[in-house]
Amino acid sequence: MSAATGARPPFSAARLARSAWSVVALPLVSILLSFVVGAAIILVSQLLVPNQRFDWALPITAYHALITGAFGSFDGLVATLVATAPLIFGGLSVALGFKAGLFNIGAQGQFLVGALGSVYIGVIISGAPSVVAIPLAVLAAIAAGALWGFIPGILKAWSGAHEVVTTIMLNYVAVAFLAAAVSGPLKVPGSPAPVTYDVGNAAFPVFLGRTGHLGILLALVFVALIWWLLYRTTWGFEIRTVGANPDAARYAGMHPRVVTVFTMTGCGVLAGLAGSSVLLGVTHTMTSSFGTTVGFDSISVALLARSNPIGIIFAAILFGAMRAGAPLMQIQAQIPVELVDVLQATILLFLVASPVLRRLFRLRGVQSGLGSTETIARTYGGEATVR
Amino acid sequence: MTEAGRPTIAPALEMRGITKRYPGVVANDRIDLEVRPGEIHALLGENGAGKTTLMNVLYGLARPDEGQILLDGQPVTIAGPSDAIARGINMVHQHFMLVPVLTVADNILLGEETMANPVFLDRREAHRRIVELGRRFGFEIDPEAKVGSLSVGWQQRVEILKALYRRARILVLDEPTAVLTPQETEEIFAVLRRLAAEGQSIVFISHKLYEVLEIADRITVIRRGRVVGERRPAETNEDDLAEMMVGREVQLTVDRGESHVAGPVLEVSGLHVRDDRGNEVVRGVDLEVRAGEILGIAGVAGNGQDELVEAIIGLRRPWSGGVTLGGRDVTGHSPRQMNEDAVAYVPADRHRFGLVLGFPLSDNLVLTSYYRRPYARGVIRDDQAIIRDAEGSVERFDIRTPGVTVKASTLSGGNQQKAIVAREFDRDLKLLVLDQPTRGLDVGSIEFIHRQIIAKRDVGTAVLLVSAELDEVLEMSDRIAVMYRGRIVRILDGRSADKNEVGILMATGGEERATAPGITEATA
Repeated sequence: MSAATGARPPFSAARLARSAWSVVALPLVSILLSFVVGAAIILVSQLLVPNQRFDWALPITAYHALITGAFGSFDGLVATLVATAPLIFGGLSVALGFKAGLFNIGAQGQFLVGALGSVYIGVIISGAPSVVAIPLAVLAAIAAGALWGFIPGILKAWSGAHEVVTTIMLNYVAVAFLAAAVSGPLKVPGSPAPVTYDVGNAAFPVFLGRTGHLGILLALVFVALIWWLLYRTTWGFEIRTVGANPDAARYAGMHPRVVTVFTMTGCGVLAGLAGSSVLLGVTHTMTSSFGTTVGFDSISVALLARSNPIGIIFAAILFGAMRAGAPLMQIQAQIPVELVDVLQATILLFLVASPVLRRLFRLRGVQSGLGSTETIARTYGGEATVR
Repeated sequence: MTEAGRPTIAPALEMRGITKRYPGVVANDRIDLEVRPGEIHALLGENGAGKTTLMNVLYGLARPDEGQILLDGQPVTIAGPSDAIARGINMVHQHFMLVPVLTVADNILLGEETMANPVFLDRREAHRRIVELGRRFGFEIDPEAKVGSLSVGWQQRVEILKALYRRARILVLDEPTAVLTPQETEEIFAVLRRLAAEGQSIVFISHKLYEVLEIADRITVIRRGRVVGERRPAETNEDDLAEMMVGREVQLTVDRGESHVAGPVLEVSGLHVRDDRGNEVVRGVDLEVRAGEILGIAGVAGNGQDELVEAIIGLRRPWSGGVTLGGRDVTGHSPRQMNEDAVAYVPADRHRFGLVLGFPLSDNLVLTSYYRRPYARGVIRDDQAIIRDAEGSVERFDIRTPGVTVKASTLSGGNQQKAIVAREFDRDLKLLVLDQPTRGLDVGSIEFIHRQIIAKRDVGTAVLLVSAELDEVLEMSDRIAVMYRGRIVRILDGRSADKNEVGILMATGGEERATAPGITEATA
């Protein structure tokens, strides 16, 4: 009975390559296809501009500029990393939710209140030494994000209110909250525009180039932390069990409701940290236009990475690079930066339509990432839909 | 056609050299099957032997890689289920394909509408044909009865009627008795015999040996995708068939030996439990399970057994009543508390409750003990200990797997169940609660699990066994409690209990001795 003793199959490079391909094939195909769609849009859009010579090579020019802008120079590279950091936090936030069978659409709201917490505390203690000011401003973001995750968590555990609904609602609350704070209590008195004071010493120190701040390192630390939490602790095991099979979790003596509350709170913490990494690392102040779409892009990042913490680094770099390279694309090819939104949205579309892609490109199912897709499917329609 | 003494008419159905390969397995390997007109032909094999694949080929759901199908001697290609039905091949699935809120007539007409004109159904003609068909084959049925109000046995007759209405010539029944009581089984057998006498050809798929011996004219046994033999019931017996089916000699009945019963371990008193919809499904149950005995609960599925077990184990809060363990009140204790109190539970639905299919086998083996030493220190998992003990379990419980890190979903049903048994049995237990521990498993796994249960009993564990398989309850139990509509209606001695008596109790609760078969809504 030697076959039953768990002998590992012999190592083989081909086998490894095949299993690696089965994991990355779908994201790669989605990315490539979205660039094809983007190219088509660039070509067609030329027809809409009067008196312009039609340029077949314009997509190439545009993509070349996009890549050069993101990776072609040291400053570009740093800009990419700066744009990547909040996406890593946000991606981890959404991925952690997926692991527990929760769809955290509220990353955007948690991101905003996190930034708000950072700026509120950061301004108050902007004169204190950095070793004190930075941790406190970060903790403020953690606390604010935690609250914004705890609320949908407890609502779900208590009343079964679906987190998709409650987190979307809380996104709106966060937007309104932020606008009120920036134009009211936090506004610089006498300033014509709604803007807060600078966070001063609470700002993240720059260690790379002119803009590469501490938040980048912090993001990588959290990737390791979340990976460790998910795969090396009993908490992570409970989170993954609840996500993969809530009934089995109950049978096994776990408490799915408690896990839900804790996980949603954790999601909020991570998205809140994304907010602090933008505020303390980049803007240092908050205006009413603070926001961007980090929280929403995070959903794409988590999906692209199939909720794998390591994969999130790469997915976030891709999305960060597009943001960082877009300005050069606009300058060199006169393609508006919004093309990046189109590309990201089409990547997401192709990922969601993965069964179609698998059939078209004869991709085999991913053997190791099954749980996350099942979990995602389950969160859309509530627990009752799957099996 | 050269064989002497054989009728010259062509077989109604002939499958020649059917081969169907799936990646990594040959599901059907040159299978020959011949069904004569008016013959009941049993297809016997374990789960996974290739019975279903063969029938999918016949029904047009799978295309054979090699081989030929002949109907009345004419080679045919079956494009799909609708083509199969058009050619007179009909299938009655194990899980009925009926719409419970519709009437019998509506269900029968679904997909085979009898039209008065291009717009309207001809209900009168349809009713006439349904009643006439029923009468011809010995079961009169009200075409206007709602299917949902019929008993399972009658629902099955509706399925058969559906096939006859479509002018079926070859009727395939997939495990038709799995959901029936012994009496219902006898009744359906009578119907089948009548159908065969009228010239219907019937393929009867089963893994129950005695049934096959009773009903079939001929038996084809398949194992691992191949035909291993063909027998007539007169020239074979259960042991012979079991050996053909499994490929080795099997012990069909467990040698349960003497039980050494001690004091009560589990006591349930006046327990009332509601289901998810708020219906009271356990209505005052009193039970006692003593150390060293197996108490079997017999009952038709859905009489409150699952809810009773869930309430005992802590998955469901009892409405009223009490549960004590070794004299201590444990009513409403959580599954974790029960687990810590040396109570183990094998759930009925292993995919829903027992396993996380997407997780490695090793994680599934610690699903209920992951938080304890040696598998965790504080909140930190010890993967080495988990893997090491998993390898030990694989060895001791003979779980066939390429390794402990493969996903539970890749294991066969028998090995999945062995994994659950390994996890739950592998420690000292006061109480062992088993809900359908061998449902859908192969003979070899059933034999193994039964022996493990007996071994647990013999070391003094109290065992509560719930099973819809009456044979399993009869074979294993020291005492048998019959559950009917949320109550225990009778407790019998396991060795002297008579199968028919238990069957009647299961079907009627013992309230009305005259067994009026059919509509169940007789007593309140």
